[in-house]
Amino acid sequence: MDINFFAEVLIGGLLSGVMYALVAIGFVLIYKASGVFNFAQGAMVFFAALTCVGFMDKFGFSLWLAIPATIVAMVILGLAIERVVLRPLVNQPEIALFMATIGLAFFIEGLAQLIWGSQVHKLDIPIEDVPSEFLMEKFNIIVSKFDLTAAAICGVMVAVLAVMFAKTKVGRALRAVADDHQAAQAVGIPLQRIWGILWAVAGMVALVAGLLWGARNGVQFALTFIALKALPVLILGGFTSVPGAIVGGLIIGASEKLAEVYIGPHVGGGIEGWFPYVLALMFLLVRPEGLFGEKIIRRI
Amino acid sequence: MFYREAGQFKTSYEADGQILPIRQDRIALFATLAVALLVLPFVASPYMLKAIFTPFLIFALAALGLNILTGYAGQLSLGTAAFMAVGAFAAYNFMLRIPGIPLLLAFVLGGLCAAMVGIAFGLPSLRIRGFYLAASTLATQFFVVWCLTKIGWLTNYSSSGVITAQSMEILGYRFDSAARVYVLVLGVVAVMALLAKNMIRSNVGRSWMAVRDMDMAAEVIGIRLMRTKLLAFAVSSFYCGVAGALYAYAYLGTVEPEAYNLDLSFRILFMIIIGGVGSVLGSFLGAAFIVLLPVVLNIVAHGLALPTTVASNLELMVFGALIIFFLIVEPHGLARLWQIGKEKLRLWPFPH
Repeated sequence: MDINFFAEVLIGGLLSGVMYALVAIGFVLIYKASGVFNFAQGAMVFFAALTCVGFMDKFGFSLWLAIPATIVAMVILGLAIERVVLRPLVNQPEIALFMATIGLAFFIEGLAQLIWGSQVHKLDIPIEDVPSEFLMEKFNIIVSKFDLTAAAICGVMVAVLAVMFAKTKVGRALRAVADDHQAAQAVGIPLQRIWGILWAVAGMVALVAGLLWGARNGVQFALTFIALKALPVLILGGFTSVPGAIVGGLIIGASEKLAEVYIGPHVGGGIEGWFPYVLALMFLLVRPEGLFGEKIIRRI
Repeated sequence: MFYREAGQFKTSYEADGQILPIRQDRIALFATLAVALLVLPFVASPYMLKAIFTPFLIFALAALGLNILTGYAGQLSLGTAAFMAVGAFAAYNFMLRIPGIPLLLAFVLGGLCAAMVGIAFGLPSLRIRGFYLAASTLATQFFVVWCLTKIGWLTNYSSSGVITAQSMEILGYRFDSAARVYVLVLGVVAVMALLAKNMIRSNVGRSWMAVRDMDMAAEVIGIRLMRTKLLAFAVSSFYCGVAGALYAYAYLGTVEPEAYNLDLSFRILFMIIIGGVGSVLGSFLGAAFIVLLPVVLNIVAHGLALPTTVASNLELMVFGALIIFFLIVEPHGLARLWQIGKEKLRLWPFPH
C-alpha cells in the first residue's frame, strides 16, 4: 500500500468530513437547544446558498454585500419558522416536531426555487481550490487550500458556539429549554425569543455551510441532500454535542473515503451512499447515545 | 338525522367485540366495497382506474404497513420504500426463476422477503430509539437501493437495473386491462386491510400500542420487547413488500430500483401523518389525499396558466405547508376529523 496515497485519501476524507460537520453543527444547535430534530437543515443550507447567489446574480451585489443581505434573510426565515411552525407546536411530542420539519424542508425547497429559479448557479468565493504548496513541498501530499480554509472556518465556528453554549446567558437559557420546555418557561425563560435567536443562528450556520458547499459543487438542488450526509455524522457524534459533530464528521469523512477507495472496487463501487449509515448503525449498537451524546436516562 | 346505535342490543361477547358494532357502519362499509368492486370498474374510465384508483389502493396498503410500525408500534421509519423495493424485486425473481409459480404466492413470498429484511434492519430498534432509530432506518433505504443497482442477479442482469414485470395471471385468467388489474389490487388490499384491523385489535396490536406508549413500562408488565418490536417490523415490512410488488406489477409495469427512493418513503410517511397516525382508516384517507393532491394542484395550475416549474415548486410548498398545517391543527389527521364529524352528526341538529 502506498503510504502517500493513503495519507492523501485520509486527509481528503477528514477534510470532507469537516464539510459534513459544518452541516451537522446546524442540526446539533437546534436539537441541543430545542429538542427539535431539524430535518430542514439541508433545505436551509440550500436556501441560504441560493439566496446569496441570487442577490449576486439578480441584483448585482458583491459577495461582501450579498452575505449580510443573506444573513438578514436567514434571520427573517428563522423568526418566521419560530412564529408559524414552532410556536403552535410547543409541548407536542418530539416526533411531531420532527415531522413538521420534514414538511418545512419541502416548503423551503419550493420557496427557494420559486424565488430564485431552479437552475444550477456558480458561486465564486475568493478562496482558491488549488493544492497547498507548503504541504506539497514538505510532505509531498496534495491537499486543497479550499478544504483547509473550510476546516479553519469550521474550527472557529465550533469554538464560538462552544463558548456561547457554555458561558453566555443565552447559551444557558438554550440548554434549559432543551431540557424541558415547560420547566424553562416556568422559571421565566422567554421561550419564543430564545427559539427565534436559535433558528436565526442556525440559519447563519446554514449560510456558512451553503457558501462552502456551493463554491465546491455549485449551488443546486443537490445541496439539500447533504443533510442526508450529515445524519450519520450526527448519529455517530451524538445529537447533543457540538464537538461530537466535528469528531463524527472526521470519522465519517475519513472512513467513507477510505472505504470507497479500498473496499469499493471489490463490491462494485458507489458505497459512499450507505457506508456511513451502516458504520454509524454498528456504532449505535455499542453506544446508543453516540460518541458524545448525553447518557440517556429513562424512567417510568 | 344521522344514525345511532339505539336499539341494537348485544347479547354475546362476539357481537360486542365486532369491528363495526353499529349496523349502519357495516352496511356503509359493505356498500363502499360493493361500489368499489362492482360499479367502479365498469363506470370509471381506464385512465381513472389506472392513474388514480389503483395507485390509491397500493399506496394505502403501503401506508397501512408504515402505520403498523410507526402508528401502532411507535417506531419511526424512513425506509418504507426500501421494503417496497425488496417486495417488488423478490416477487419478480420468484416469478422469473420458478416457472409456473402462482402470482399471489410470488407476492406473498416477496412480502416474506421484505419481512426478513425488515427484521434484520429492525434489530437496532432494540438498542436505539427515537431519532437515532429514524436516522438509521435511512441506512435501509440507501443500502437496499444500492444492492438492487449493483447486484446484477437480482435484476436478471438487465441494463441499469430496470425490470419489466411479468404479465399477471391467476388460474389462466389474465389481468391485462385496467379494470381487471384494479379488481385484483382491490381484492388484495381489502383482505390485507381486514387482517391488519384484526391484528391490531388482538393481543399483538395491544402489545404494540403498549410499546409505543412507553416501552419500558410495557416490558415491566410482561411484554417481550424483542418479539413485539421485531414482529412489528416484520408485519409492517410484509405489508410494504406486498404493496411494493403491486406497485411494480399493477401500476408501473417497468421499474428501476430508483423508483423506490427516499421521496417515496417520505410520501408514504406524509400519507400517515395527514391521514392519521395509528389508524387503519387514516391510511386510506391519507393515501387518497396524497394521490389526489397533485392532480388537483395540476388542474389549478393549468387553470391559472402557471409555468410548469412554478407549478412544481408550488406543489412542494403546498405539500410542506399542509404537513405543518395538519400537525398543528389536527395531529391525528383526517381520521380524527372524520370521527369528530361523526360525533357531531350523531347529535345534530341538537347542541347536546
